[in-house]
Amino acid sequence: MTTAEILWNTLAAILTLCVFSFLIKDNPLYKFTERLVAGVAAGYWTMLIYHTNFTDKVILTMQNRQLAYIIPILLGLAMWTRFSKNYSWISRYPIAFYIGISTGVSIPVYMYTSVFKQISATMVPFDLTYAGINNIIVVIAVLCALFYFFFSKEHTGTFGVISKIGIYTLMIGFGAGFGMTVMGRVALLVQRVIFLKDYFIALKNYFVA
Amino acid sequence: MARKLLMSLFVLLLIFGTAGAQEAVQDTIGPPSPAPPTNIVVVDRPNDTGHGVLVNWALSADDGGGKDNVLAYEVYRADQADGEYVFRGLSVKGTGQYEDKDDSPRINDLPNPGFLITEKTYYYKVRAMASGGVYSEYSEAGSGQPMENWFHVGKIPILIGVIIFWVLVVYFIFMARKGTDYYVRPLAGINAVDEAIGRATEMGRPILFVLGTGTAGDIATIAGFTILARVAKLTAEYQTRVLVPVNDPVMFAVAQETVRTAYLEAGRPDIYNPDNISYETAMQFPYVAAVNGIMLREKTATNFYMGVFHAESLILAETGNIAGSIQISGTDQISQLPFFIAATDYTLIGEELYAASAYLSKEPVQVGTLKAQDWAKAILMVILFIGAVLISMNVSFIKDMVTVNL
Repeated sequence: MTTAEILWNTLAAILTLCVFSFLIKDNPLYKFTERLVAGVAAGYWTMLIYHTNFTDKVILTMQNRQLAYIIPILLGLAMWTRFSKNYSWISRYPIAFYIGISTGVSIPVYMYTSVFKQISATMVPFDLTYAGINNIIVVIAVLCALFYFFFSKEHTGTFGVISKIGIYTLMIGFGAGFGMTVMGRVALLVQRVIFLKDYFIALKNYFVA
Repeated sequence: MARKLLMSLFVLLLIFGTAGAQEAVQDTIGPPSPAPPTNIVVVDRPNDTGHGVLVNWALSADDGGGKDNVLAYEVYRADQADGEYVFRGLSVKGTGQYEDKDDSPRINDLPNPGFLITEKTYYYKVRAMASGGVYSEYSEAGSGQPMENWFHVGKIPILIGVIIFWVLVVYFIFMARKGTDYYVRPLAGINAVDEAIGRATEMGRPILFVLGTGTAGDIATIAGFTILARVAKLTAEYQTRVLVPVNDPVMFAVAQETVRTAYLEAGRPDIYNPDNISYETAMQFPYVAAVNGIMLREKTATNFYMGVFHAESLILAETGNIAGSIQISGTDQISQLPFFIAATDYTLIGEELYAASAYLSKEPVQVGTLKAQDWAKAILMVILFIGAVLISMNVSFIKDMVTVNL
């Protein structure tokens, strides 16, 4: 490692240890690191948005006379009225426009990904092979889980039993998901520990050499 | 002299004669060229934004018949009939179609030569490729234009689904407005809201409401705003602080509006403090670090997590757990639900988050929509069951009906 690399990695190792110190309890080192990260991220993001949104979507579009962009620019300007007590109501229009458009656009997407794709994928053939029996379990589990999500009917009697099977099915799925993600997180921890180990070896070699 | 001339003629004859013989030998033993594909027809690629065409051709006579030596077809494109034809791609033997699409005008800030301009005429030639690197002649050129399509025919099932759901929603809202009292199943997580706010008030500590790391337009975030309105109204009545750190500028504005309106409805606009709603940062983990700091330093008595969450869910919930806060969570992100279930006291699972709005407000619009959702689910369950039974008998028309081809 060069001297510059040693210095930057020293900073990274110190900050990593500062974050890990939170495992003992909240302390000034963690507070410093937390605020450093939040502050740097806020500044970085502001500049990123300035370049990707303001420069690209406002300045360049106006220079290129792409007049359709005037509408979002006006809506964006309307958001600034929040700073005025008398005109802050104007800012509700861009918010309504944004949420309305987002919701409208997401409806067909949800209908495709969460309804049609799932229904089509769950229509699997039943038979007495292992795969066929697995398919029967899948279809029954999906139907029971859907029973759990009925909100306008009381979950009592047979309905209650079916919905209970449904929630157990969901919990089995969540358990598997939990285990899988925890394994991923452990991998991240291992990666960080390896970074620290490599750093200390490099530091030792730097001073010994 | 004459002898020299005769010798030269003999040598020349020998050279050309041998070369000719070699060519003749190669023609005889080399791999034969396949017949070229014919009848090139270029049509617009359907259901797209106008940057793709379909090139069709009649297969070479030596593809599946004749010499049967075709391996693939090479497709070439030019801007003009007599222009330079550039290679676009391959289609395997037996295939009489190539899809040429490219909707990126620039790659790495440089013009993309492959980009297809809407309503511009492009010319295509195709040639067959045989084993041994032998090619057929090029076909005659065919031309066509990519056109912008306004209607995606493959999405008709989605349109029908949306219309059916819309009819159900309108009908049940109409019935709810007429006074039909629809039952809404109680949700443990929502029933605990009052208790959690009461606890915070007794302890004299603030409440933390986290709307997640989605955007203001996400359905789960919108549901989160509805629950925030309810929580903020109660906190205004109990005079307890509610802290709302957000990660998105639009969410920040909406959260401020939501809390301000709730305080107005509670008749306490005087105690509304806009500083309690704070913008932290848009980046995921720095935002999480900031929220964790708020939890520990403000010692929040109750934490709500309602909205779209990603990898930060467990970090937030575990910190809240360490801080000893009551925690109520809700998200539609299936991958994050296990963490909330494990680390928080109450969890609204998926659609329960949307149902919470109806349960809290009891408004006809919300309750009617919830009832319509239940009916839609019942219809889908019947379709799913019948479809699965029919597919087991090799009858696939229901599966085909719900299969969307994008």
